[in-house]
Amino acid sequence: MNFQIATLLGQDGLTNGAIYALLALSILLVFTVTRILLIPLGEFVTFGALTMAAMQMGKTPKLEWLLLGLVLIDCALDIYQQIKRHIDRNKMKMVALKLGYAVIIIALLNNLSLSEIPMIAQIALTLCLIVPIGPIIYRLFFQPLADAPALVLLIVSIALHVTMVGVGLLLFGPEGARTQPFSDTGFRLGAVLLKSQTLWVILVSIFLIVALFIAFERTLYGKALRATAVNRMGARLQGISPIFAGKATFALAAFIGSASGILIAPITTLYYDSGFIISLKGFVGAIIGGLVSYPIAAIGAVAVGMIEAFSMFWASNYKEIIVFTLIIPFLIWRSMNSHNVEDDE
Amino acid sequence: MKSRNLIIIVLVILAIAPQVLPTFQITLLNYIGLYALVVLGLVLLTGVGGMTSFGQAAFVGLGAYSSAYLTTTEQLPSWLAWSAGSPWVGLLIGLLLTAAVALFLGALTLKLSGHYLPLGTIAWGISLYYLFGTMSSMGGYTGISGLPSLSLFGVLLDKGEKIYYLIWTILMVAVWITSNLLNSREGRAIRALKGGQLMAESMGVNTFRSKMVIFLISALFAAISGWLYAHTQRFVNPTPFGLSMGIDYLFMALVGGVGSVWGALLGAGILTMLKQWLQDWLPLVMGGNGQYETIVLGLLIIFMMQRSPGGIWPLLVKLAPASWRKQNHIKITSSAAELPRRDLPQKGKLILEACNVTRRFGGLVANNQMNLKLHAGEVLALIGPNGAGKSTMFNQLSAVDTPSDGEILFLNQSLKGKSSRQVAHMGMSRTFQHVKLLTTMTVLENVALGAHMRGNKGIISSALHIEREEEQRLLKEAQYQLERVGLGEHLYTEAGSLSLGQQRILEIARALCADPCVLLLDEPAAGLRHKEKQALAELLKKLRQEGLAILLVEHDMDFVMNLADRIVVMEFGEKIAEGLPEEVQSNPAVLEAYLGGAE
Repeated sequence: MNFQIATLLGQDGLTNGAIYALLALSILLVFTVTRILLIPLGEFVTFGALTMAAMQMGKTPKLEWLLLGLVLIDCALDIYQQIKRHIDRNKMKMVALKLGYAVIIIALLNNLSLSEIPMIAQIALTLCLIVPIGPIIYRLFFQPLADAPALVLLIVSIALHVTMVGVGLLLFGPEGARTQPFSDTGFRLGAVLLKSQTLWVILVSIFLIVALFIAFERTLYGKALRATAVNRMGARLQGISPIFAGKATFALAAFIGSASGILIAPITTLYYDSGFIISLKGFVGAIIGGLVSYPIAAIGAVAVGMIEAFSMFWASNYKEIIVFTLIIPFLIWRSMNSHNVEDDE
Repeated sequence: MKSRNLIIIVLVILAIAPQVLPTFQITLLNYIGLYALVVLGLVLLTGVGGMTSFGQAAFVGLGAYSSAYLTTTEQLPSWLAWSAGSPWVGLLIGLLLTAAVALFLGALTLKLSGHYLPLGTIAWGISLYYLFGTMSSMGGYTGISGLPSLSLFGVLLDKGEKIYYLIWTILMVAVWITSNLLNSREGRAIRALKGGQLMAESMGVNTFRSKMVIFLISALFAAISGWLYAHTQRFVNPTPFGLSMGIDYLFMALVGGVGSVWGALLGAGILTMLKQWLQDWLPLVMGGNGQYETIVLGLLIIFMMQRSPGGIWPLLVKLAPASWRKQNHIKITSSAAELPRRDLPQKGKLILEACNVTRRFGGLVANNQMNLKLHAGEVLALIGPNGAGKSTMFNQLSAVDTPSDGEILFLNQSLKGKSSRQVAHMGMSRTFQHVKLLTTMTVLENVALGAHMRGNKGIISSALHIEREEEQRLLKEAQYQLERVGLGEHLYTEAGSLSLGQQRILEIARALCADPCVLLLDEPAAGLRHKEKQALAELLKKLRQEGLAILLVEHDMDFVMNLADRIVVMEFGEKIAEGLPEEVQSNPAVLEAYLGGAE
């Protein structure tokens, strides 16, 4: 291995690592607030990437039907619940707003010539299409189970992943897709050639991480979510709605997931089922952080990316095995530190 | 109709099925049998033991690949040359390999709590799948073909309807073994894993061992299924051993009913048929030929989890007429020999002693320089206002917690470094302030768990039910203790349906079942009615008479003053008084602690 190869691999590792770090952070966020291990996070990644790809090919992404379907079910449930109790004017306004939003997005998708609008508009449309799916999924699948044992939540999470992979196949087909890079220029730093997309990924990741940090440290809503993560019952008694917390974290997860997909789509070809392995690597990072520590999880995730890139060079066939056996030392470390027999549930 | 007759009918139907069904249906039944064997292991692991595994498919792969490699390779290693590529040797090696891998993975992951175990199983499930795919000696992703058919007693099992009998016989034996195991001393320990580990440990159960046992059994069931699969298909590649199949196995268990052995069969049957049916119909509806059935199956699981997390089997049981549902309880024969009893120490001998015990939690000193002595044939009461540090003291005395300074001597041995299980073996038995029962088990079974240390028959004799004599003795002891505490008419009631007071009494019976020399009772009279309290006091007096040492943490002053020989009063983590009940009652420090001083 010479210096040039090492820098190339290092860039790859850093790019992937940055994505895994983003995913690890949203996994942690969702887990601490709702106790759900969000396995389907990877599907948001593929949805984001494949929607972008469809737009750039000038096709209307079929994901609009998923959004429309979910919004319709969500609104139908809202109306049904109101009829059963009493009709609340404000809530009816919300229903109209949700329906209006879906209609506007779909109208935009069908009337713009999607391949010609600027990339920033494509990205915005993709995010507008996918992010609302997150909270609706929480409402339909997890909200009725808010008090269920953690195991049930995990199983629903896995089942949701299985379903979403199927939906991905139905909507995007079995072909893989890759999108145009954000910009074409490369940078030269001394003897090292930096790919522009690498820089984009790293910069956007850092920006998002800092933005999340500020949001959680400085804003009231961020603090409310943190309070829920620390003590669910206590937060509830302080008037923080667990439903709000769940929907908000799922919206954030959908946002981070699809943004990650958009970021890496120019680098790797993604298929409808590529998301699982990607999100699992985020999980490896999250586990290294012990499912509690954000900074350690982020560092762990970057390490996962690096190890993956370099094992690609040394033993490409065993890449996945190396990455997934990576968590075993951490599991051993955990098991050595967990001395007491715990009585969960 | 008895459930036994129902089983016979099912067996007869299974026996004649290959004679009347077309080949395609038999193939389907073969698959159901193979899957059910894996799912049965999951029922044991997840439903009974409370440990979720997504990695069972990897064990299936180990079983399949071991035999596939050994029966097709040109060059057997020289130490295996004698086997001449026999599938039966393949099975043996496969089982040994699986057991070794399972022991290794179990040692790594079974101590983990909560989410780490399922995540760990996902990780190894994926790793083993890629390993099968990348090892060129195993045929890579294309796999190994040309496996020999099995032959048994000279009959070549080369057709679906022939191997059908082998698959279903093995499955039925596995069901029999599993239900035997669950219905035994070891089985009670296994059933305590879900929600009762702390309690089981203090009854002398090695919970880690129990976890490992069911983990091994489920891995071995999976390996046998893989071996059968390999020689039914006569071809293996990595696909059926990947994580998605591991997820499917868990889904089967959940749909059928993860708490019951029959749920395994039901789940494997329903999901296999449904998948088959969806694969036929969905492409017609949706166009194209993708695996759209996953959408439906995923949604189905979510719906099940929201509406009926116990699966379909419990629903069926609820629908069945009451006479079918009636469980056959083991009859306790009065001729069973009594269990040997421990020789109690002589009355007045020092049993348990706390020497200058201090316990700090960070800056908080919960116990400061506590001293107390408990003798055989004595009732010592530990009292004090709320927050006085009684529970901390109790936890240290029962080896759940360790003192920061000072030490606790039990029968002249320091408790430092001893687990609650070891202490239980030394003769200490306890009850819990917050009742810890296995609510779905019968009262008798709960109490018999207390006698766990007094039996020694292992897993294999439990699985084959050749330990019935010992089981009778254990149950008889449990019955005796229950009658002694006055719960004799509730032997077969579900423990969860007793009143709180009765549940506390049950805990005492369970503690007595362990044949202790010292009994630690944490607020035994809380929630009891007046008559029940009197009966409890009578019982404790009788036990004292027999020479037991009894330590009591209690709030009920009447109860304490009439029963205790000596009383230790605590406040703010320190002992403020000790002595006879009358002395303590008139002690000014105690009066101030309880009633407040005159300012």
